[in-house]
Amino acid sequence: MTWDTQRAAGIIETYKHLDGPALPVLRALQLEFGHLPDEAVAQVAEALNLSRAEVHGVVTFYHDFRREPGGRTDLKICRAEACQAMGGDALGDEARKRLGVDWHGTTKDGEVTLEPMFCLGLCSVAPAAQVGDRLVARADWPKIEEALRKCRR
Amino acid sequence: MPTLTRIYVPADSAALALGADDVATAIAAEAKRLGAVVEIVRNGSRGMHWLEPLVEVQTASGRIGYGPVAAADVPGLIKAGLLEGGTHPLCIGDPAQHPFLARQTRWTFVRCGIIDPVSWDDYTAHGGGQGLARARGLGAKATLDAVTASGLRGRGGAGFPAGIKWRTVHDAPGDVKYVVCNADEGDSGTFADRMVMEGDPFALLEGMVICGLAVGARKGFIYIRSEYPRAIAVLEHALVVARANGLFEDCAIELRIGAGSYVCGEETALLESLEGKRGQVRAKPPLPAHHGLFGKPTVVNNVLTLATVPEILVRGAEGYAALGTGRSRGTLPFQLAGNIKHGGLFEAPFGLTLGDIIDDVGGGTATGRPVRAVQVGGPLGAYFPRALFDTPLDYEAFAARDGLVGHGGVVVFDDTVDMARQARFAMEFCAAESCGKCTPCRVGSVRGMEVIDKILAGRDVDANLALLDDLCNTLRLGSLCALGGFVPYPVLSAVRHFPQDFRRP
Repeated sequence: MTWDTQRAAGIIETYKHLDGPALPVLRALQLEFGHLPDEAVAQVAEALNLSRAEVHGVVTFYHDFRREPGGRTDLKICRAEACQAMGGDALGDEARKRLGVDWHGTTKDGEVTLEPMFCLGLCSVAPAAQVGDRLVARADWPKIEEALRKCRR
Repeated sequence: MPTLTRIYVPADSAALALGADDVATAIAAEAKRLGAVVEIVRNGSRGMHWLEPLVEVQTASGRIGYGPVAAADVPGLIKAGLLEGGTHPLCIGDPAQHPFLARQTRWTFVRCGIIDPVSWDDYTAHGGGQGLARARGLGAKATLDAVTASGLRGRGGAGFPAGIKWRTVHDAPGDVKYVVCNADEGDSGTFADRMVMEGDPFALLEGMVICGLAVGARKGFIYIRSEYPRAIAVLEHALVVARANGLFEDCAIELRIGAGSYVCGEETALLESLEGKRGQVRAKPPLPAHHGLFGKPTVVNNVLTLATVPEILVRGAEGYAALGTGRSRGTLPFQLAGNIKHGGLFEAPFGLTLGDIIDDVGGGTATGRPVRAVQVGGPLGAYFPRALFDTPLDYEAFAARDGLVGHGGVVVFDDTVDMARQARFAMEFCAAESCGKCTPCRVGSVRGMEVIDKILAGRDVDANLALLDDLCNTLRLGSLCALGGFVPYPVLSAVRHFPQDFRRP
């Protein structure tokens, strides 16, 4: 979604009263707009009485925050140890090959962004993945494809 | 009129990731087709994850479990009499009598998997709320004494005595104090916090309120990682229900969601993040107990630490302190993960050996191949070979063998693991997650990757192994927090116990 100053102002207003509002504000803005463009940094800095440098620093520190739009669905594959023990690395390699993108990349059709992640807490049923809102345990490529199909519906 | 049958289908993340929603839908549809009246309760998980989704039915003679159930199994199960607890190849009988559960000593997880996580009535019917009532009766001083006497130590990994931390905050001057729950459970191989938050969230909230009363804090924050969407949803629901039932009269609790930073599990980085800043570690002292959130005295405790407190007050500090070994008192919820046959949650007193928990409880590897290495305590924990399987699981015994119990995660690898790659990954992870504040961690982790790459390529192996050792020493002694300070554990343990992987032909 393209940046909408008024809508953003409403979102900022909702969270501004919190103690330490920066993360809740940025999270809500990203949920609404899909990413945090330069306008977001400027507007949040102004509203929270912070410098742009401070807000830029926060946005770039956290893995969740995106400066560029992603694909329609996020495919997150766990790369941590428990999943490694059950073939997580091979699953990550297969996903990159099948989608034709590297980590953090978005497929040419704009459908899927592939993100590495470190632990979904599904370490006893590894390897784990998250497709949109769907959690996938004992993941393999067919299961992930199935979940992607369900997300598209 | 047909009788109402109560059926439990877990909505714990592990169960959901294995298709529990489809199972619940299938049960509802099949019951409707047959004209049966069922109430489907979405409970947490019992912790036997190889049996998930584990469906349970309430019968006149107790609960009967079936697992692992796929949606396609449902018509056959109901035909076999699932609604009456009938026999079926997937039937495991009374789950509580299953050897995996019967052998456990549950304090923290006493209700998890049994109750409806967001039903206040179910919670109080199973003993919930009594700990807070006890704390109100005891008053702050006696509550602090009880927590101290129980021997409870911080379950996040550092193992600092909870009673001492609470007392320090209680004694610190100031009118404004905070309770902060560290729910940023980022260690691979751990999921106990997630299970409590999804399966028995009121226990955590009650523990936080007790802490608030004891130390004089009127406000609490739960800082939960964004990678736990289900736990976030359950907690949000639980907060509404708890508020409506008057739990927050003395201490109000607010939920805050992280943004994908591992280092924010370090308590001072977490506080920075809560304040809305980059999650950079603070130098200690001052301790958070004196100078914490917004500069105020703050208790920062892990989910398990706080969620165990109500049960300690109900069953008595002496009972908890009587369990365990050495200076590790009480129980630890161990998490069996990675390449393991019977993965899940096993709460037991400290003192079981590593071999007991992997071979006996966990049943060895899922792949059926020999166990080669085990990483205990998350990505910053040491890799142990089978030769060290006699190590008792307690804080001091693990430290004596250059390892750490940490948050109780046990990740098993079979004999296909390449330990040099695991060592490299530890450095890579540290480099990716370093907050950048201190040089040993920020630069040392990158240099560590480079040195291991040279070793893997067979270049000056002896000299580079010596350099790696030296670098790890710098990281261990010179880092501000446990991220850089502990990354030598996995790296050096891999070199020491699996030297052949670093000297390739």
